[in-house]
Amino acid sequence: MTLTNTDLLLEATGISKSYGPVVALKGASLAVRPGEVHALVGANGAGKSTLVKILTGAVHPDSGRIVVRGRERTVHSPAEARRGGLVSVYQEPALIPDLDIRSNLRLTETPLQPFRHWLGELGLGELDLSSVARRVPLASLRIIDLARALAIEPDVLMLDEMTAALPADLTERVLEVLHRQRGGNRSVIFISHRLIEIAAVCDRATVLREGETVGVVGVTGGSEERIVELMLGEIVEALPARMAEPKERASDATPRLTARALSDGTKLQNASFDLYPGEVLGVVALEGQGQDELFDMLAGSVRPGGGELLVDGKPVFFHHPADAIRAGLVYVAADRAEALLMQRSVRENIALPFTTRLRNWGLIDLRGEQRRVDSAVATLQIDARAGVEVRRLSGGNQQKVTIARWVAGGVRTMLCFDPTRGIDIRTKLQIYVLLRDLAEAGAAVLLYTSELKEVQLVCDRAVVIFGGRVVAEIDAADADEPSLLRAAYNLRSDAPTPESLAGGMIAPAASTGQPDVAKADGPDVGA
Amino acid sequence: MNGIAVASRQRTLGAAVASSRRNAWTLGLIGFLVLLLVFTKVMQPRYGVAGVQNLAISVLPLALAAVAQAVVVIAGGIDLSIGSMMALTSVVAATMMMGQSEEFGVAVVLGVLLLGLVLGAVNGGLVVVSRVPDIVVTLAMSFVWAGCALLVRAAPGGGAAQWLKALVLGSLGNEWIPKAAVALVVMVGLIWIPVVRSRLGLSIYAIGSNRLAAFRSGVPVGRTKFFAYALTGLYAALGGLALTASTGIGTPVPGPYTLMSVAAVVLGGVSLAGGRGGVFGPIVAVIVLQMIRTDMTFLSIDSNLAYVAQGVILIGVVMFGSLFELRRARA
Repeated sequence: MTLTNTDLLLEATGISKSYGPVVALKGASLAVRPGEVHALVGANGAGKSTLVKILTGAVHPDSGRIVVRGRERTVHSPAEARRGGLVSVYQEPALIPDLDIRSNLRLTETPLQPFRHWLGELGLGELDLSSVARRVPLASLRIIDLARALAIEPDVLMLDEMTAALPADLTERVLEVLHRQRGGNRSVIFISHRLIEIAAVCDRATVLREGETVGVVGVTGGSEERIVELMLGEIVEALPARMAEPKERASDATPRLTARALSDGTKLQNASFDLYPGEVLGVVALEGQGQDELFDMLAGSVRPGGGELLVDGKPVFFHHPADAIRAGLVYVAADRAEALLMQRSVRENIALPFTTRLRNWGLIDLRGEQRRVDSAVATLQIDARAGVEVRRLSGGNQQKVTIARWVAGGVRTMLCFDPTRGIDIRTKLQIYVLLRDLAEAGAAVLLYTSELKEVQLVCDRAVVIFGGRVVAEIDAADADEPSLLRAAYNLRSDAPTPESLAGGMIAPAASTGQPDVAKADGPDVGA
Repeated sequence: MNGIAVASRQRTLGAAVASSRRNAWTLGLIGFLVLLLVFTKVMQPRYGVAGVQNLAISVLPLALAAVAQAVVVIAGGIDLSIGSMMALTSVVAATMMMGQSEEFGVAVVLGVLLLGLVLGAVNGGLVVVSRVPDIVVTLAMSFVWAGCALLVRAAPGGGAAQWLKALVLGSLGNEWIPKAAVALVVMVGLIWIPVVRSRLGLSIYAIGSNRLAAFRSGVPVGRTKFFAYALTGLYAALGGLALTASTGIGTPVPGPYTLMSVAAVVLGGVSLAGGRGGVFGPIVAVIVLQMIRTDMTFLSIDSNLAYVAQGVILIGVVMFGSLFELRRARA
């Protein structure tokens, strides 16, 4: 390394951290120059988030040195890190929901003028500071959180998956602002699973694998390949273009699932499609086009306002998710926190669905249950070492547990709502292979995805939802990113793709607003 | 690749670690109890069979209240009417059994257990249907049940069947084994353990741990909560019967059982947020709390001061335990 320590804005060396048997970091290092946007990349569980938490004082390392502007620092708390110029912004905004924006700013002693300035830069200049955080859309809260961090002019700003659930236009704004930060005296550490974003704004990238720094790469055209190679280690496998060969469907086949004119107020109007056994049907939509409502209905969480649902040609009506599960429709959510009992074991989490029918008063057959759980854990290659409590697992392994619970019971129809959101490439690949295998075995899979690449990779065909209607059906062979995007914007195929979306990414349909738990017990009354 | 063999070995190891980890709190509590017993014996060399007998008798209703509270807290609720339900079931039993035959007593006991189920079911039904927070509903119902108890009998009195008293007083076989302790083990073993190992048990843990996830997995959230409250009512009725059996009468004024049950649940390692813990911890916690009182008496400390000390010890133990767990989580 040609740089001496004093040329670096931030240098962390030999950082180690273990949680019980799980080693999060072993001697990781990170060096950030002044004025650069530095990417921190790695598969899930590689230790990125732990490293950021150590730098901001939220977690104490077992060993290691942190040097900021040539001076060694021990950071004890986030407040102390903040005063020392190290600030982070996470995917989930850290605003107090019951306070208005102004009080939130006062809480962190954020100067108002610069905050206003950055808010304007990020395209939210007209925001009313007296609105209560709870009533502000989630996407805007994320922007507010970022503006708040920028306003105190930190030496090092850390963005941990901040763009993962941001709509495309806002992501674009954020990237622009980051781009303009380059060349000054301050630096940004940028964490993202999206290599396109990294290529767009970052100067260099530090790659972590299994808690170690395995390389530092200068970001130039074509360096994505190198980054992926480093991230994956020996298991370098270029993503295949297609995982399934197109096959003819018997013309008289009965669809596993038929939606006829499903409606729910203004969110979903007349959504109709067929899902056949043995296929993976993609669902593509921009944020908030009714896909959340559609999946909630199919999973039995919400009763449809109108329309008809047929399973194997017979009409069904779901009062409760239990009805849907009995009809063979099982749901995999994007947000693991919605699906898992975080404090319970892997086993209980997997066993939950087939042990929930209260009518069966008998004892649970513990041996048989263990056998099924074991086979599901093996099928999905879940690293269950920290399986006493699911919250100790990495995000990828958690998602595998939510899938495993259905696989263990034998799947007929799986409804996947953006199942690979925020998951590393290796786990994504495993999930793709699994979904294909399920389809080969005769199951039907409905896959909503915010990553358009997945459609051609995993699906047989895709339906596009816009404004609560199914506006297009595209065969996987024709479902390249530009045509999916045009359809998602409900443009005719000859119209140009909006430039800001050239990256081919659609914002995942995160719910705008706070998680709606009340909805959960809606259909439960009188059950 | 013998990945499956490795996985299964890891699982066995994991299971061992899991069970010791999950029971660490209770094991620590038992250690504390042993220390207390040694301390008592050193201080009062004559502490022996009679002391254990008294301990078991005084612990029985408290332990049943703690089990009742633990069930509903695990399900993510809380029941502040346990003391009142115990008072009501106790006076109903004492009033109906007074001057009646032994055989009639059997019918009364069965009826009172049914009454407990109904009281709990009313609590649970109100919580589920009204969607008023559990703490508010059960606080309100504690007044209702206490009022009902006074309507049944304005002053302590009544009677109890001989066989009922014989069920909890004295010892079984060995003089060191009090019948009250046996009764407790039987009541937990016959009701709670089958429930835990059934679908209902997993559902109770599931709704306490994560309502939304439980709902999405097909767990009937409202129904499970209803059953949890009914089970709490049943254990409260058992507590009420234990009171009648040990005193021979019914007392319409609720004892300190509600708040003691909350204290025992907390001390027993059950998370007030739901989804974590069991009933064994709270039972041990009740014995610990009772031992502390006994020791205070031996030390001839002012009984009012003993209350203060009990509170301080409660906070101290929970704080010490939390620090210990925190250290282990970080290690």
